[in-house]
Amino acid sequence: MELCSFLTLDSFLTDPLTHDFMRKALLMSSLVAAVCGFLSSYLTLKGWALMGDAVSHSVMPGVVVAYALGLPFSLGAFIFGVGSVALIGFIKQKSRVKEDTVIGLVFTGFFALGIVLVSKIKSNIDLHSILFGSPLGISLSDVKQTIFISLLVVILLSIFRKDLMLYCFDPRHAKTVGINVLFLHYLLLTCLSLAAVVGLQSVGIILVVAMLITPGATAYLLTDKFDNMTVISVLSAIISSLIGIYVSFWFDLETGGSIVLAQTFIFLFAFLFAPRYGIFKLKKLFSVYK
Amino acid sequence: MEKINYQNLRIDAENICVDYNGKVALYDANLRLKPGQICGLVGMNGAGKTTFFNALTGFVNISKGKIRINGESVRSAQKDQTIAYVPQNEGIDSQFPISVWDVVMMGRYGSMNIFRCPRESDIQAVKDAIERVDLTDHLSTPIGNLSGGQRKRTFLARAIAQRASILLLDEPFSGVDIRTEKLISELFIQFKNEGKTILLSTHDMIHVREFCDLVLLINKTVVAYGETSEVFTPENITTTFGGISPDFLFGPES
Repeated sequence: MELCSFLTLDSFLTDPLTHDFMRKALLMSSLVAAVCGFLSSYLTLKGWALMGDAVSHSVMPGVVVAYALGLPFSLGAFIFGVGSVALIGFIKQKSRVKEDTVIGLVFTGFFALGIVLVSKIKSNIDLHSILFGSPLGISLSDVKQTIFISLLVVILLSIFRKDLMLYCFDPRHAKTVGINVLFLHYLLLTCLSLAAVVGLQSVGIILVVAMLITPGATAYLLTDKFDNMTVISVLSAIISSLIGIYVSFWFDLETGGSIVLAQTFIFLFAFLFAPRYGIFKLKKLFSVYK
Repeated sequence: MEKINYQNLRIDAENICVDYNGKVALYDANLRLKPGQICGLVGMNGAGKTTFFNALTGFVNISKGKIRINGESVRSAQKDQTIAYVPQNEGIDSQFPISVWDVVMMGRYGSMNIFRCPRESDIQAVKDAIERVDLTDHLSTPIGNLSGGQRKRTFLARAIAQRASILLLDEPFSGVDIRTEKLISELFIQFKNEGKTILLSTHDMIHVREFCDLVLLINKTVVAYGETSEVFTPENITTTFGGISPDFLFGPES
């Protein structure tokens, strides 16, 4: 690109902002990243990465059916997301098959159903944007839905922040002191489904699980305090989104993939240089300042 | 035989059964404990010790039988913060990003409002509890940086902060240093004097003789229950551990 040759940092940052679709993409993706990053702390500590993968893939048929019926896609996605988890629980309980196997077979089944439905329904569903996200082509109704769902998840997580932390840490104690553990379990699942729904607009169904686990994993390497972990997770998610969108704009790359790659690089950086838990322990290098 | 006054019982478990998807973990188990009693729960791995604890806290549902805590249901015992559970060190994620203060504060969650905002009284309760287990120097230490003994004391402090009248302790002496062991045994005497009831599981036969007024030997069901001096015999222990003699398990004179 000829642009690149005379780019200054200033124009690198401001030029994309002259486009309406870019402003919208940056705002929406930051919002979605913040929501997913917030949730990410809980999922990584609870060990629900595979569950996140399952739910995010399972929403596929829900999205397709909702589009076909003219319903809000979030509604369909939510029903199938929670439904997949219920089915996983049911099969696990009623058979001798191990849990990770059940998770794998249920979500691939749902995902396959979604793909088959897309080919059969033949409406104006854009398979590519569902699979890989389309933050640059987000419609106004999608914007409204995304804002609504994001606020809902943020409010729920904020209210039950401490209870959810206790649920992830020691559910037995939670139960013993009369806290409704079953409610918290389904609350976290609900938030997971909703976050997957908004996340798939940014990076698509296939990569949305990265939004739900990578920021949390990065933050986990950087702090020993839960509140700090949440803040770092949210910040790293937002920064990754911004980097991903800018890079994809200037170098004409797939946006969803760029966002997730940015997250992966931030994780790798933390993995190598985190003060306490990194391989090279940056703290040691700067120990003169302590 | 003295007549039991059911109202005065802290724990009254009657013929309880627990099964996990058709697999029986515990059946026809009985337990009666009064205020100020310390009872040892002894059995092999998989004998149902943890299941027994889970039934008493309501973490699993019993399929048969009845549990009364202070004469009330398990549900209201939960609401009243009556029971505190102190987990095994292996039973918790020691890498969880949480400090000693935050863990102990969790003991107060049940009596706080929905946002779990600590009141002045909660903060005081947590401070006092941490002082009693001698961890005041480690208020903001992440639990991952504590020793096994310090971590055990953290969870004891949580139970103290909760102000529960019944304490369930899963292997309180496993993997702790001598200082912690001494502190725990001192706390047991204080708890007893405060009228708290303690049920603890242990593998260590010496601890049973040292602290426990009563002992409950289980192997899927109750093998023997009663005063430690009467029930804790080599024959009963052998039966509990599936025919292996206690000499072999714990060495002679244990």
